[in-house]
Amino acid sequence: MSEKEYRLASAARNGLLYMRGVPDIALGDRVVVRDHSGRRRNGQVIRTSNELVLIQVLEGTDNLDLENTWVRFLDQPFEIALSPDILGRVFNGIGQPRDERPPLFSKLKRNVNGAPVNPAARAYPREFIQTGLSAVDGLNSLVRGQKLPIFSGSGLPHNRLAAQIVRQARLPGEESQFAVVFAAMGVSYSDARFFRETFADSGVLRNVTMFLNLANEPAIERLILPRAALTAAEYLAFDLDLHVLVVMTDMTHYAEALREVATAKGDVPARKGYPGYLYSDLAEIYERAGRIRGKPGSITMMPVVSMPSDDITHPIPDLTGYITEGQLVLSRTLNNLGIYPPLDIPPSLSRLMKDGIGKDHTREDHARVAGQIYASYARALEVRNLASIIGAEDLSETDRNFLDFADAFERRFVGQREDEERNIVETLNLAWELLSLLPPEALTRVGAADLDKYHRWHGTQAEQQ
Amino acid sequence: MGPRMAKVVEVNGPLVTIELADVRTGEQVRIGRLELMGEVIARHGEHALVQMYEPTESLRPGEPVEALGHPLSVELGPGLLGGIFDGVQRPLLEHAKQHGDFIPRGVHIPPLDRGKLWCFEPNPEFRIGMQIEDGAVLGTVQETPTIAHRILVPPGMGGELVELVSACDITVEAAVARVKQADGVIAELSLFHRWPVRSPRPYRSRDDAVAPLLTGQRILDTFFPLVKGGRAAVPGPFGAGKTIVQQQIARWADADIVIYVGCGERGNELVDILESFPKLTDPNTGRSLMERTLLVANTSNMPVVAREASIYVGVTLAEYYRDQGYDVVMVADSTSRWAEALREVAGRLGQMPVEEGYPAYLASRLAAFYERAGRVQTLAGGNGSITLIGAVSPPGGDFSEPVTSHTKEIVQTFWALSKELADARHYPAVDWVESFSGYVASCSGWWAEHVDPRWAEQRAAALEILAQAEELARIVNLVGPEALSPQQRWALQGVALFREGVLQQSALDPVDSYCSPQKQFALLDQMLSIYEHGLRLLEFGVPVQELLRLPLLAEAQRLKGSYSNDQLDELRSFAARVDGEFERLHSEYAQHAKAEP
Repeated sequence: MSEKEYRLASAARNGLLYMRGVPDIALGDRVVVRDHSGRRRNGQVIRTSNELVLIQVLEGTDNLDLENTWVRFLDQPFEIALSPDILGRVFNGIGQPRDERPPLFSKLKRNVNGAPVNPAARAYPREFIQTGLSAVDGLNSLVRGQKLPIFSGSGLPHNRLAAQIVRQARLPGEESQFAVVFAAMGVSYSDARFFRETFADSGVLRNVTMFLNLANEPAIERLILPRAALTAAEYLAFDLDLHVLVVMTDMTHYAEALREVATAKGDVPARKGYPGYLYSDLAEIYERAGRIRGKPGSITMMPVVSMPSDDITHPIPDLTGYITEGQLVLSRTLNNLGIYPPLDIPPSLSRLMKDGIGKDHTREDHARVAGQIYASYARALEVRNLASIIGAEDLSETDRNFLDFADAFERRFVGQREDEERNIVETLNLAWELLSLLPPEALTRVGAADLDKYHRWHGTQAEQQ
Repeated sequence: MGPRMAKVVEVNGPLVTIELADVRTGEQVRIGRLELMGEVIARHGEHALVQMYEPTESLRPGEPVEALGHPLSVELGPGLLGGIFDGVQRPLLEHAKQHGDFIPRGVHIPPLDRGKLWCFEPNPEFRIGMQIEDGAVLGTVQETPTIAHRILVPPGMGGELVELVSACDITVEAAVARVKQADGVIAELSLFHRWPVRSPRPYRSRDDAVAPLLTGQRILDTFFPLVKGGRAAVPGPFGAGKTIVQQQIARWADADIVIYVGCGERGNELVDILESFPKLTDPNTGRSLMERTLLVANTSNMPVVAREASIYVGVTLAEYYRDQGYDVVMVADSTSRWAEALREVAGRLGQMPVEEGYPAYLASRLAAFYERAGRVQTLAGGNGSITLIGAVSPPGGDFSEPVTSHTKEIVQTFWALSKELADARHYPAVDWVESFSGYVASCSGWWAEHVDPRWAEQRAAALEILAQAEELARIVNLVGPEALSPQQRWALQGVALFREGVLQQSALDPVDSYCSPQKQFALLDQMLSIYEHGLRLLEFGVPVQELLRLPLLAEAQRLKGSYSNDQLDELRSFAARVDGEFERLHSEYAQHAKAEP
């Protein structure tokens, strides 16, 4: 570590500090900036030549002058210290403790940027995780090592949903070693407290590592935070063999911080002012989820993305959806009807579901039932649309069955209590109970054998009479 | 030009400025103590600008640079098939074996295994002293049980044959022939050679495409066909099933070689292929699918510049197998990520953006890439083809964005995926209104000869009903189904038959995942026949409600999954039952009509 301090700042603006004539500085180096009042700030070298070194100051460049600003180059990248003691601790965005306990000392330090996993070393995720939520387990199953974001909007209960999944997620028939890494970027104090209390109430706090950056704290720190959190997660999963669930909230704040810095650097904007590399940058984060062949641990990731003005085509949810393995989308309409969790079924998807369900994992009819529910609900929504125009009385008998199906499905299948845990068999049986509101000839995604075994059609009203 | 030394001047993310005169754009360089790989993209006075294939963290000004004297090239020889390479052809399996689960920087492993032994069978027609041409087949190596790898005279290396050996248990580096060239120099030829990826490999002439590329997917083969040597694009918003469509093509296409380029996509998708393909069998040869497959993987978290290169690496490998006389399919998932890599580098170079930040040369680069597809007469005299299929990921699912709209102008087959269909879990979510194929005429000959002469007209009839239905569905949404005539309501039922019974196809159902051309036509024909039977009965006065109640409608929609490709007889007997059932209804109503005149 170098003791030399330079006073060669030539410009300071928008969180960037320009240094003239500091030789041989490495890209990505960590720096400490001391200002006129003696306050220390953290920074990182983002461009370097012997003439000009550009430093991104995490705490911003407010209240800096050029004459009394001293910069020390630490000659090391951003690293965090790792040991089993990180469980139960709370850190800030760059891995310093913020729980009034002493810093962690460990010989093991890792660069927060990590290295890309060799795709040939990955193992394909195929272990079904039961979350106890019918709309997730039955229709958009989560598997170990998957990255499945929650797309939400302001005022929707994404935090409650994420917390419920953390509480209830388990592999059926297995009690295993697990840990939670919670990465909060730009969240409000009350949201941070909500998660803390939830973890405390369910007795998992000892297994949680939190990385916290509140809404009123430096935005640029949010760029390092998810990387630090994932470095911790990789350590827990692949060194300590734990099953790690990473909850990151809110990725929109992360992307906004990235845009802020990109704009200051003068990067060419692509969509809505976000830099062209937003996709690659998000991928560096999301792709750190997964499993590795021959290693028992795993990283399952659940990022929360709030969609600005509920717009799913906004660059942040859009690019996220292209990288992650599906998405759970929340619906304002269902939320207004008082349905919890208000999962919007048609746009929700789990790409890894196909290999995590079926005979050896859940039940052999699972894939077909899920397909049938999707198809029937899509048709039911069309009928509901029609009914709002021509009135329910003029619908055909079958169409009225679909209308009943849609209501029952939303209230009884999607909706459940916040403390209610349904196992996968209960979920699938409930699905058949609802499909039994529809005549067998309307169900073409399931086989004849499924219908024999599970379908309980009572006939049309006319037939019953 | 041999290696020359220089030093680093500036590091700016993936762009590095070096001080080095006399270097060409495109030349490969190794930078810094870590020996990171990069490519010169611009010259400015004594300085050269390098884009790096590896992350540049910890690199500093003043570090050494070595220029290698050649552009980005790939090694072409036996041992490629079944492998997985990164965007600059580093062998990832070998990487994992030597360096663990994460990809370290500055590691250089040759793409072709230098320890693996091969058996070389020389071309029996060649005699010492003969004049051999560029691209001629020197001999063969059995690369996998199904693929005979033809060792070619590298373009530019033809001449008088001085020596040709027959040898077993030799490595790719062993010399198998010596050729005296025009300038009198005798060159040694081994089992492999190198080729710069940005230069298309030469061929004798272009040929017309003659045969469809059969993928076993009904909506693709029957409705929007592609030919061997054609160009296609699969655009769609996220979650619409691009990757599944691409993987289904990689699985079932009746090609000799499949090259799958994962360009800026998910790591797990490549693992899925790596784990599942060895267990699947090729419906045409009965052998493991992995024996004909080669993966190029630059996942989204790997360096962006190597992503730009990966597409060219993939297509050069494709050209090499084409030159051996094979039909090659290359799927690129996704060309949008490749375009974004272009944009990222252009942005850092400060080039003027034109549309959505993309540089002005986006359209010409895309066109030049797709132009490398085609069916050709090779230098060796045979026929080979490359079919290019690119996925496009339009932001927000907006097809008017630059990459989708430029691609649409270039390709002949356009499989547009729709969010609405995917939301209803109708897969493959290929939208039959937005999609098109310019190859229908060239394919109809093949279908007429091998399957049924009525293929073209039945296909057109089905598409007409589907198109009509769009209009009807709008009316229903406005005023309800009662406003439709019986014929129109029956047409809506016809659409349901086509949607569920033909177009929708489950990649996960072992019976339905691959559909032979014969079964494709049988299903199409069956649905049309039910529809036409119904129309006749309506004219005869049978109420439409009576027809809609027929249980055989639901049964017909399940046919695809009920009977396998070998059970065409069962399909035929179902057809006979349908005829009987409609006949019965007909006579019932005929008597009815007589009883009440």
